[in-house]
Amino acid sequence: MSKQINVALIGNPNTGKTSVFNALTGLYQKVGNYPGITVEKKEGICKLPRGVKAHIIDLPGTYSLNASSLDENVVIELLLNKKGKDFPDIAIVVSDVENLKRNLLLFTQIKDLEIPTILVINMADRMSRKGISLDIPFLEAELKTKIAVVSTRKNEGIEQIKELIANYKDQSTTPCLNASEIDSAYFERLQQVFPNQLLYKLWLVITQDANFGKTDRNEFDAVADFKTKSKTDLKRLQQKETIKRYQFINNTLKKGQTIDPSQATDLRAKLDRILTHKVWGYVIFFFILLLIFQAIYDWSSIPMDFIDSSFASLGEWVKNSLPAGVFTNLLAEGIIPGLGGVVIFIPQIAFLFLFISILEESGYMSRVVFLMDRIMRRFGLSGKSVVPLISGTACAIPAIMATRNIESWKERLITILVTPFTTCAARLPVYLIIISLVIPEGTFLGLGYQALTLMLLYLLGFATAICAAYVLDRVMKLKSKTFFVVEMPNYKMPLFKNVALTVLEKTKSFVFGAGKIILAISIILWFLASYGPGEHFNEAESIMTEKYASVNLSQEDLDHKIDSYKLEHSYIGIAGHAIEPVISPLGYDWKIGIAIVSSFAAREVFVGTLATIYSVGSDQEETIKNRMAGEVNPILGGPLFNFASGISLLLFYAFAMQCMSTLAIVKRETNSWKWPALQLFFMTGLAYVTALIAFQVLK
Amino acid sequence: MQTTLAHLKRGETAVITDVSSTQIPLKLLEMGCLPGNQVELVQIAPFKDPIYLNINGSHLAIRKETASHILIEKLSHE
Repeated sequence: MSKQINVALIGNPNTGKTSVFNALTGLYQKVGNYPGITVEKKEGICKLPRGVKAHIIDLPGTYSLNASSLDENVVIELLLNKKGKDFPDIAIVVSDVENLKRNLLLFTQIKDLEIPTILVINMADRMSRKGISLDIPFLEAELKTKIAVVSTRKNEGIEQIKELIANYKDQSTTPCLNASEIDSAYFERLQQVFPNQLLYKLWLVITQDANFGKTDRNEFDAVADFKTKSKTDLKRLQQKETIKRYQFINNTLKKGQTIDPSQATDLRAKLDRILTHKVWGYVIFFFILLLIFQAIYDWSSIPMDFIDSSFASLGEWVKNSLPAGVFTNLLAEGIIPGLGGVVIFIPQIAFLFLFISILEESGYMSRVVFLMDRIMRRFGLSGKSVVPLISGTACAIPAIMATRNIESWKERLITILVTPFTTCAARLPVYLIIISLVIPEGTFLGLGYQALTLMLLYLLGFATAICAAYVLDRVMKLKSKTFFVVEMPNYKMPLFKNVALTVLEKTKSFVFGAGKIILAISIILWFLASYGPGEHFNEAESIMTEKYASVNLSQEDLDHKIDSYKLEHSYIGIAGHAIEPVISPLGYDWKIGIAIVSSFAAREVFVGTLATIYSVGSDQEETIKNRMAGEVNPILGGPLFNFASGISLLLFYAFAMQCMSTLAIVKRETNSWKWPALQLFFMTGLAYVTALIAFQVLK
Repeated sequence: MQTTLAHLKRGETAVITDVSSTQIPLKLLEMGCLPGNQVELVQIAPFKDPIYLNINGSHLAIRKETASHILIEKLSHE
């Protein structure tokens, strides 16, 4: 009873595979990565009758076993590696009732691997509306499989899937056609050389670079006549194989499926006519974007204010109610403000992923890709770059991972390189606090100056991304095929459960991912700011008392003088002073310098750092904004955060590559340090130069 | 009339006759773009590219560049 049944969930994109996964596993799921690569691995536990459990893996969507991307490779590698711990006891191929023909292609390939397989026909609720009827017993006989007709929307058929999984040992492993007929002589010889191997597996190894089980691969390559056909010949054979499979599928469906076209409603055509219209298409897209930004800025400000004030009072409460000491100080001045800086993002991130997942689920995203391809191509991008550029407004990391379905390497690389220019959620707290300090509150044409500034910064991000793409397209001498295939799925009402789970899971991974870094940095910063070397730091109290002995200072003012003297001679103060010459031409003091350096890990750390630096040693519960407004420029005098230095900081953060995680992802996705290094150098260089010019002109 | 898919006009249908060019990605064939299948041009994007096709019930969009390698036989409009 201890053994779990390993189940692999396989299917084309847009078949509702994830809905089936969610229906089977509910909340018993987790998302991680496949070892060594950034492909998302979704797995979950499904409780079967009689106390048996199934371990279900939701594999990336793919149209066939001929992989053309990293995500699709995962599918092959898992299915070919018999010794792997995730090797399935049973494969479930999920298909969508309206595209059964295309979905069955993948099904026949899986069957050739001789893994016990069942077929799930999803979206059964659409059958009558589309005039489709199926002869299930006939299809089961022809396809040599058990079929479950399922509607995740109405929660029908899920129990049947569970029953079939529980009886996985009874499922057929016989292939449904003999694909080797396309070149019998070749395949016979291949089988003679490797008598113990499955023919279809050999064929996949020959045609793909799948890296399943290292030992197997080496064993194959060692045999000299393993690869006897040229690349072109292989490609022709793959074409023949596809045609052969479709012939079988067509013959099967001719008898097993009837479609009465008079029953079909024409909603798709009507919606397409509007949504891909040459004027209305763009207008609608624009308004959808506007709605998203409205939600992110306006609607999320209410929960954000609440989180902000809750953390401020939590810090205060800890300080007052716990016994005084190092630990209390660390908690109240380091950890709590640092964590508050992460938690405050939750509403925005959640809203963004809410919209993105609704757009994807409904099928609208493909229309945007279709609409934008020609325009984007002019800048060396693909229509598919739109999705990463929009997701980039949440975070560049998922955005860069979303470039994987761009077929052309050059278009994909350019998209990866320019995506970090889009204004990600992490820049927002930096923008918000600086805007509120240096931009006046007046209005222009009914719009607040502050809101306008924010909008300009967003436009600046997009414009820079597009211009950079244009330049890169001209400069890079990369030859690559520019094909482009997008499925235009049917419009669907998004399933609440799917959207909710996506939002929950993405938000969680952002908070924990960024949270760890920020927490670590705020603790380090607190220590660096609370301790220092030598007598200047340790004797601060007596030095200052002596210095101001003649002046009649109140105890409060004297304490303040002592605290700032201490900070200046703490470890962090010393480091800050060391870099001051580099940053003072931009209008920053050493405290901002520290914030910039520490926010190299992640931009949002900037506010957290200033919060930590300013709150060390201070007793009042004061907002960070008020503390910043009180700072004085050490060289020029006057407020430190004025219009010139504020604009300079805004520009710096708009352009600079201040995110280690993004660099790490770019390295992984491009498989080279060259591209992230280039990004770091050019983006931060651009940031420094523009910030310098802005400050020098405006001061 | 023998021509390529890039020459199909909106609303027209044709039968695919040849996809053997190596410029055509395998993925396209796997999505149903195969000889003998009927193809309808559903929509052309603004700026005349890409094109939105319905191949035997499979809806997809490709660029004109790729379409120009797919040979078709136009069906007379009923």
